[in-house]
Amino acid sequence: MNAILTIAGKEFRDGLRNRWVLAIALVLAFLAVGIAWFGAAASGGLGFTSLATTLVSLATLAVFLIPLIALLLAYDAVVGEQEAGTLLLLLTYPISRTQLLLGKFLGHGLILGAATALGFSIAGAVIAMAAKGVALGELAAGMGLLVGSSILLGWVFIAFAYLISVWVSEKARAAGLALVVWFLFVLVFDLGLLALLVSVERGGDWLPWLLLLNPTECFRLINLAGFEAARSYSGLTAIAEGGAFRPAMVTAILVAWIAVPLGLALLRFRRRAA
Amino acid sequence: MTAVIDFQGVTRRDAGLVRLDALDLQVSEGEVLALLGHNGAGKTTTMHLILGLLSPSAGRVAVLGGAPDGADAEALRRRLGYLPENVSFYEQLSGREVLDYFARLKRVDRGQVGDLLDRVGLGHAAHRRVKTYSKGMRQRLGLAQALLGDPRLLLLDEPTTGLDPAATRDFYDTVRGLRDRGCTVLLSSHVLPGVEPYIDRALILGGGRRLALGSLEALREEAALPVTLRVRGAAGGLAERLADWDDPRIEVSALNGHEVTLTVPPDAKLAVLRRITDTAGVEDIDLLPPTLEHLYTHFSAERLPEQRGAAE
Repeated sequence: MNAILTIAGKEFRDGLRNRWVLAIALVLAFLAVGIAWFGAAASGGLGFTSLATTLVSLATLAVFLIPLIALLLAYDAVVGEQEAGTLLLLLTYPISRTQLLLGKFLGHGLILGAATALGFSIAGAVIAMAAKGVALGELAAGMGLLVGSSILLGWVFIAFAYLISVWVSEKARAAGLALVVWFLFVLVFDLGLLALLVSVERGGDWLPWLLLLNPTECFRLINLAGFEAARSYSGLTAIAEGGAFRPAMVTAILVAWIAVPLGLALLRFRRRAA
Repeated sequence: MTAVIDFQGVTRRDAGLVRLDALDLQVSEGEVLALLGHNGAGKTTTMHLILGLLSPSAGRVAVLGGAPDGADAEALRRRLGYLPENVSFYEQLSGREVLDYFARLKRVDRGQVGDLLDRVGLGHAAHRRVKTYSKGMRQRLGLAQALLGDPRLLLLDEPTTGLDPAATRDFYDTVRGLRDRGCTVLLSSHVLPGVEPYIDRALILGGGRRLALGSLEALREEAALPVTLRVRGAAGGLAERLADWDDPRIEVSALNGHEVTLTVPPDAKLAVLRRITDTAGVEDIDLLPPTLEHLYTHFSAERLPEQRGAAE
């Protein structure tokens, strides 16, 4: 346990020192404030529109950015140390490979968590101060849900990044694969699902279940379902309602999306040769 | 005395390639053993087996009385120090922070970090980032890392690559100090000069097999390589006076008018020396026994003819 904390502490301090935390927080805050402010641009206006629109826009922003940030943050977790030669050394230390990977996960998870919370909190504070007539309670609840689910989403992609990082032996390859993963889950999956939705004429009860096959859709479901007024803007995810799509259930599935790739990464890491 | 490292018929195969072929090796406490060989001879594989990074395909490895890849690996690893070849530490951390991190991971007293940095001569640079370190400084930081927790067994993989001669000597002096305190040291190298005075035995590997193992004396005896005698004297006729020998194995070459080099088999050494000292005009004799490098070349060439050039 101690070793896990030591490794996590080092990763987190690295994240502070090379300004990952600051950079992520600022990017998120800046974009979030921008989106909130120009939310009415589509209808020709300027300024804060409604809380519902804003939250949906912010969730969409998070769907694009959080996975990318998580992958960039963590893709070289193992392969980077391997290239530097420090992995070989660490493996001769009295720590297990599981401890090593879990420690890194904890550290990277904290970096992403702290940065996301900070970034969206800044945005929330700016909105609360600048926008008129916004219900503070609802704003806080909505932002809280956004931050919480964003962190879970980030951890999912950190787990994916680790799976890539233990699988390949070159950093450049890991970076390429990370981008492929981002592209598939964030862009291609949506397009494919949309195409399927349009082409299936009858039946199609099974279609909503496909959403659960993508952690980014789970993230959207949590945010949209968690906020009543957002329902009318939920777009593609509107096909999923009730039953297994209750937020608690979807959250559990998102957690499973963290556990499975991380578990696979651990298995792979323990089995591979040094 | 119990062996710190005990290899019994250890074979390691990787994807059909034999990295190590039935190696027997016993290293006792407080011994300094040099592991010599070409690239791909099995040096690093041997080290990785000792560290438990690899498991033997056949045979048995015991280190400090336990199996390094088994259940007691963790306890064992706290008593090991390892300096890998080509390690670049966390560049963004300072030397002190790097060592502090490794001390925590090894669960040793972090109070020794400062002492260790001083001991390897990095005290003045402890708070500078590793990024700014020279190759030699990084190597010394690596040594300090390996020395954390006063290890009983130290494995150094090509420790002096990239070090200048003075730094190399300092490095070996540190190794000698450790041996005097009962630490067993295994160092692999293909840079031979300078290592001789510091080692007790040498293991010469080639193609995964043990070509020779023993102290320098034993290896010299086994190889029976000729001794080189360099004779200097007054100008004029020295070469002629030393030209004729009954023994056909003795080779004579004159460097110039007053310097002659003789290559003499070990058993004829004394007879030759007697005659030289009786020869008129001789002023000085240098006796050069075969160096470790000669021995290494001899054993590599003699016992591994079919593999020359095949290994990487």
